[in-house]
Amino acid sequence: MAAVQETVDRVRQIDVDQYRYGFETLIESDKAPKGLSEDTVRFISAKKNEPAWMLEWRLEAYRRWLTMTEPQWARVNYPKIDYQDLYYYSAPKPKKTIGSLDEIDPDILKTYEKLGIPLREVEVLEGVVRPEGQRKIAVDAVFDSVSVATTFQKELKQAGVIFMPISEAIREHPELVKKYLGTVVPTSDNYFATLNSAVFSDGSFVYVPPGVRCPMELSTYFRINERNTGQFERTLIIADKGSYVSYLEGCTAPQRDENQLHAAVVELVTHDDAEIKYSTVQNWYPGNSEGKGGIYNFVTKRGDCRGNNSKISWTQVETGSAITWKYPSCILRGDNSRGEFYSIAISNGHQQVDSGTKMIHLGKNTTSRIISKGIAAGVSQNTYRGLVTAHRKATGARNFTACDSLLIGDKCGAHTVPYVEAKNSSALFEHEATTSKISEDVLFYCVQRGLSQEEAVGLVVNGFVKDVLQQLPMEFAVEAQKLISISLEGSVG
Amino acid sequence: MNVALVKNETGSALSDSFAIARDRLPGADKVAAAREAAFAAYAQAGLPHRRIEDWKYTDLRALMREVLPLAPAPDAAEFSRAASAAKLHAIEGVRRLVLVDGVFAPKLSELGGLEKGLGIRTLREVLETGDAALQTLLFTPDNANPMVALNSAMMTDGVVIDVADGVVLTQPLQIVHIASGTVPAAMFTRSLLRLGKDAGATLVESYIATEGAKAYQVHDSLIISIGNNSRLDHVRLNEDGRDAFNISSGVVSLGAHAHFNTFGMMSGAGVSRYQATIVFAGEGSRVETNGVNLLNGKQHADTTLFMDHAVPHCDSREIFRAVVDDRAHSVFQGRIIVRPHAQKTDAKMMTRALLLSDDAEADNKPELEIFADDVTCGHGATTGALDESLLFYLRARGLSEKEAQALLIQAFVGEAIESIVNDGLRELAIAAAQRWLEARG
Repeated sequence: MAAVQETVDRVRQIDVDQYRYGFETLIESDKAPKGLSEDTVRFISAKKNEPAWMLEWRLEAYRRWLTMTEPQWARVNYPKIDYQDLYYYSAPKPKKTIGSLDEIDPDILKTYEKLGIPLREVEVLEGVVRPEGQRKIAVDAVFDSVSVATTFQKELKQAGVIFMPISEAIREHPELVKKYLGTVVPTSDNYFATLNSAVFSDGSFVYVPPGVRCPMELSTYFRINERNTGQFERTLIIADKGSYVSYLEGCTAPQRDENQLHAAVVELVTHDDAEIKYSTVQNWYPGNSEGKGGIYNFVTKRGDCRGNNSKISWTQVETGSAITWKYPSCILRGDNSRGEFYSIAISNGHQQVDSGTKMIHLGKNTTSRIISKGIAAGVSQNTYRGLVTAHRKATGARNFTACDSLLIGDKCGAHTVPYVEAKNSSALFEHEATTSKISEDVLFYCVQRGLSQEEAVGLVVNGFVKDVLQQLPMEFAVEAQKLISISLEGSVG
Repeated sequence: MNVALVKNETGSALSDSFAIARDRLPGADKVAAAREAAFAAYAQAGLPHRRIEDWKYTDLRALMREVLPLAPAPDAAEFSRAASAAKLHAIEGVRRLVLVDGVFAPKLSELGGLEKGLGIRTLREVLETGDAALQTLLFTPDNANPMVALNSAMMTDGVVIDVADGVVLTQPLQIVHIASGTVPAAMFTRSLLRLGKDAGATLVESYIATEGAKAYQVHDSLIISIGNNSRLDHVRLNEDGRDAFNISSGVVSLGAHAHFNTFGMMSGAGVSRYQATIVFAGEGSRVETNGVNLLNGKQHADTTLFMDHAVPHCDSREIFRAVVDDRAHSVFQGRIIVRPHAQKTDAKMMTRALLLSDDAEADNKPELEIFADDVTCGHGATTGALDESLLFYLRARGLSEKEAQALLIQAFVGEAIESIVNDGLRELAIAAAQRWLEARG
């Protein structure tokens, strides 16, 4: 009975507009003037106390961006974005220099508490014993354009892991940043990546030295708070020889009537025998039931398996954003390297998702696996777009792709656009895709055994996405599961 | 910048040739106006290139570079060469309709003793004197596709076939395209087949060349409409010359409870593209499309299918097989769209490529676009080499490497070939595959 009550309460809470992270925190902020020009780029660079080479790098990207045109090929429709009508930098106004977490604006901390992000190290400081098996997570929280706090710095330092805001890394580890920044996603890569290169304000930087297994999960939480701002974060993760790191990313934003822009770039590099596991739970504000508001999410994510026997694994749960345009990819350069992509993309209401992956096989005996589950409800459009390619020297390349789509309701659309290109005879590619609705028989079976229609759908959907959920770190798996049931509320009946 | 430049060059070169050819093209007034519009659409776009999504893998600016001038009308020598080529490739028991260098050749065609309810005219005749409705129908293919637009602008001849309501033809019809010219040239043809209600027919299309035919370009299209409760079996065999280009388009529409079974084999032409749009206009219909690419040398073959489930309760099945050897390149693009309200659609597509050489390339793009929820749709794609363990099994039983390979390849393409309903035609396709395997040595 308790469980039923819980569901009823939750549904009531959620009502029509189901977004529960939609609150806004009123904090004084420091903004760059509206609009984008070389001056904006200089302003951001100056704010970050960046060295001259970094400013030059940004300006070069900005000048290139001016010559580019917005890509039109994705199956998404949105009114033209006025890039001059946005704030490109917004930082919580510092009350004084921040020395420790206690000095952070308590409003910001409260925001993260509301979101359920364990930002404070209190427990650890006070020596609270955690139940066995519960892992520690180091969090880097990004609020609008700046990183506000990074936890567990000390412990990570002991292990030799560098985990800090990228703006700090540019100052403190310029050699590493210079060596890797823009080598996976070059500044000229695409319209949004180039824009990001010019105006990115913060993000996370991770370097795991050779042979180190990062002692805890690393996590970044992104929050867009300010009105009319775009968030442009940049993440760079390097796993040196034989190292391992698992990184989690979460995103939320307040409910607003206008659309906000999010254009991030994530670059991953693995050297010999290294592994990066990157998990995302993307829950940006999707807009209201009429399709008003919501985040435009244009993200470029790419991993480069540079070393032999290296591995990059992407796991994503996409439930938010009005528009998602995102293709986490793997360049399998090293011999025997492996790329994985596990994705759940759920669209409801007026959401539009165009997401997928690219597996580019360059090295010998490289393998990749793609499991994509798309669920479309309401009047949303959900597209999987993927590329698997084996180059001429990629002997023994192997790929398995399964992308399944589930349609809930007759107003939504689910699409599959795979590209399978083989230029090597020893490449073995398998691709399969299915689209269907939830079988009436299965629903009837569940309902007949006492489940409500909604519970039955929830059960089937959870079974449908199980393969992907299993790939998520435990902490996220629980959140993701809840998120899935919330995203689909109101889509049945 | 570069792209624009290329476009202008090819565009202007061709508009000269269009201006020159215009007087030779049949039809006046409305037909001429439709040609002008089509040519304007083509001139605007120019030859398609890899930046156009539909032509991503078949970049005609790189492969074809230019559209050759319209082929001159064949002379007596060419007709006689064509006659011997036709004889060589003759299929028993079919009614042959021959086009030589894009011109209908009545002497090589069998026009006598037409079955009751069967009407055959030439495209030239229809464009010059036919009724307006039929002429409009001939211009239905969409000018948005530049190669279709070019074909609409330049079409010179073809056959227009009508099968009356309730007539089931016992004798298959064959349209034979023969290239015989000794100068490099292009031929532009368009044919039409209208199948009435409760009717049935079998249509074979063949593309061949005479000995000594120079590098030529075939620009062909076929418009098919299948009436309610009718059935059409269609076989397409491309055995063009090795340095030929073949760009063909098909537009098929089906009424209610109709059935369309089609099979295509590409083993000829240096560069070929077959693009077909199949539209379900009536409920309860079914389509089976099957195709085989057998490629070697430097051949490039592209099959692009668009299956449009516009109404509920229709089924479609697509099976495609590519065998790619040497430096050849095989492309399969299959798109299934299920429009809103097209509930109870059952659509399946399976494409498989077999790579026999390290320099071969196979690109597959099976797309699903689904706007209705009560449907069953799926696609699969595989790419790989011959299974080593199967080869070993056969070798262990005394077959040579080549024999073992041939056996496995035959089995690989067999699934698609088996779908041909007419026994004679199926044997023909099997024999063509056999010839290809034997030529491999």
